Amino acid sequence: MTPVNTLIAKELRCFVVSPVFYVVGAVFLFISGFLAHLMVVNAGQQALRFLQMQNTYAQLNLNELVFRPIFHSLAIVLIFLLPMLTMRLFAEERKLRTMELLLTSPIGINEIISAKFMSVLIIYLGLLGLTGLTPFVLSFYSTFHVDPILTGYLGLALQGAFFLSCGVLASTLTENQIVAAFLSFGIIIVFGLIGGLGSMLGDTTLGAVISYLSFVEHFDRLVRGLLEAKDIVYYLSGTVLMLFIAHRVVDSHRWQ
Amino acid sequence: MISVQHITKRYGNHLAIEDVTFNVKRGEILGFLGPNGAGKTTTMRIITGFMPASEGTVQVAGFDCFEHPQEIKKRIGYLPESPPLYQELTVTEYLRFVGQLKRLPPSRVPGRMAQVIEQLGLGSVRHRVIGHLSKGFRQRVGLAQALIHDPPVLILDEPTIGLDPIQIIEIRDVIRGLAGSHTVILSTHILSEATAICDRVVIIDRGHIVAEDTPAQLSSRLRQSEKISLTVKHPPDNWRERLSTIPGVLQVIQGPTPETSIIEYELGQDLREDIAQFVVNQGVGLLELKPLSLSLEDVFLQLTQQDENLAHAQDASPSSHPSLPVENRTQA
Ligand SMILES: Nc1ncnc2c1ncn2[C@@H]1O[C@H](COP(=O)(O)OP(=O)(O)OP(=O)(O)O)[C@@H](O)[C@H]1O
Ligand SMILES: [Mg+2]
Repeated sequence: MTPVNTLIAKELRCFVVSPVFYVVGAVFLFISGFLAHLMVVNAGQQALRFLQMQNTYAQLNLNELVFRPIFHSLAIVLIFLLPMLTMRLFAEERKLRTMELLLTSPIGINEIISAKFMSVLIIYLGLLGLTGLTPFVLSFYSTFHVDPILTGYLGLALQGAFFLSCGVLASTLTENQIVAAFLSFGIIIVFGLIGGLGSMLGDTTLGAVISYLSFVEHFDRLVRGLLEAKDIVYYLSGTVLMLFIAHRVVDSHRWQ
Repeated sequence: MISVQHITKRYGNHLAIEDVTFNVKRGEILGFLGPNGAGKTTTMRIITGFMPASEGTVQVAGFDCFEHPQEIKKRIGYLPESPPLYQELTVTEYLRFVGQLKRLPPSRVPGRMAQVIEQLGLGSVRHRVIGHLSKGFRQRVGLAQALIHDPPVLILDEPTIGLDPIQIIEIRDVIRGLAGSHTVILSTHILSEATAICDRVVIIDRGHIVAEDTPAQLSSRLRQSEKISLTVKHPPDNWRERLSTIPGVLQVIQGPTPETSIIEYELGQDLREDIAQFVVNQGVGLLELKPLSLSLEDVFLQLTQQDENLAHAQDASPSSHPSLPVENRTQA
């Protein structure tokens, strides 16, 4: 076991006994299941209507009718749920003074931050993986394009990772977990809202830059099945940047 | 083994410690003594690499704190002021976690865990969740955490705080048992603790080192005269005047009871025989004759108060530079 693996294992162990973990997991899975149910029922009704009016079976586009709305709704749910996973990561260590143990152990701050980030990422990807049940089950009863589903899941994974890194940063900024949760919620919302600002500015250079900074259009492209390098680069660089700032914050606490 | 060189730490504008210098030899137990807010915790945090000094450097086992912080961290076991415990973990889970975190080879982890659990009497609580333990047991788990990777250097910030008297004795024995093979710095307010377990004490007050020596040397060095307590059965009327006629006696003062007198005489003389002879000749019924030595408590008060006086003196006349009470401080 390297110290990083040790730290990841410890974080996961602490999550398993934490009620927050179960609440977040249950809410996430319930919402995703409920959304799938809603969308499938909706698609079914449309098919029925089509049948009554045209007297033939409709070639419904399930990707558009079911999966795209699910992906978009889940992305919004993540804004509220993921800060609850990340809030305790550093805030609690500072509050309980266990940071003193970590910082006097022979591991670097970057290792501490990557371990914490990895632990919540593992939990999130696990939950996301469970929602894969919906397309899996639907694939037996209908036909749809698989590629947009895959890029959609990639989008959710990348967007989740980015939100989690925002949460890690927020957690380093305060000793109070609730404050950390609201702070990361705030950071994520800002990244969402600037997308609107960007599209208001239209086709100007500034507009393009601001739109690029927001995750909204990157996510949209992935959900529509477009796999482009710039979107992947956006998420990865955003995540790394947030974790880097978190590193600076933790380091600066030592110097205060 | 540990060399602290001219370290200064500022928190914003607040000067927590200033120009602190001391050395600890391999295998030595150094007591770090001082009133609240003296800067003990601050100094220890700098040595362990938890935070950097504003000025000055620290070397541990020949490694510089700025150049090889990880090498230093591998060699130090640290018990912070409040034990860094994860409430959700059981004692064994926690100790395994710390052992791995400190890069203890996996093959040694089970052995070391068994050893520290035995050493600190944690056997009965090994499978309990730390959040459910009493304060004393948490303190022990904190100590176990510092020892788990068998580090050559131990930094213990108030290791016996919150323990009951029997546990205190046990833990002191554990620390005493580390002497020789381990280099230990421990901080405490309890002076008898420093006398009991430390080879040397450093007294720090308001961020400055005011004295550094063995406990015995410190108390004898600060004595300005020898004092003896004399108790007789029937002290006559002018008993104290009569006592002061003994050659060499400087002063005789009333002790805590009318039968007791405190006789003060010059340092380096031994008047005990003369006094005994005199009392027997007077036929007043000698009950007790015992030398009074300055306790570390007295030393401590004397040093910290002298320091205060010095500060006042310096305020009044900046030109006069009063010498510190302890002249031959061990320097680097
Ligand atoms: N994080 C901090 N920010 C600002 N000032 C601090 C901080 N930590 C300590 N100080 C100040 O530095 C000085 C030294 O504190 P330190 O904790 O080292 O004392 P101490 O000798 O350990 O005291 P105690 O016996 O109470 O534990 C105190 O005046 C304290 O107020
Ligand atoms: Mg302290």
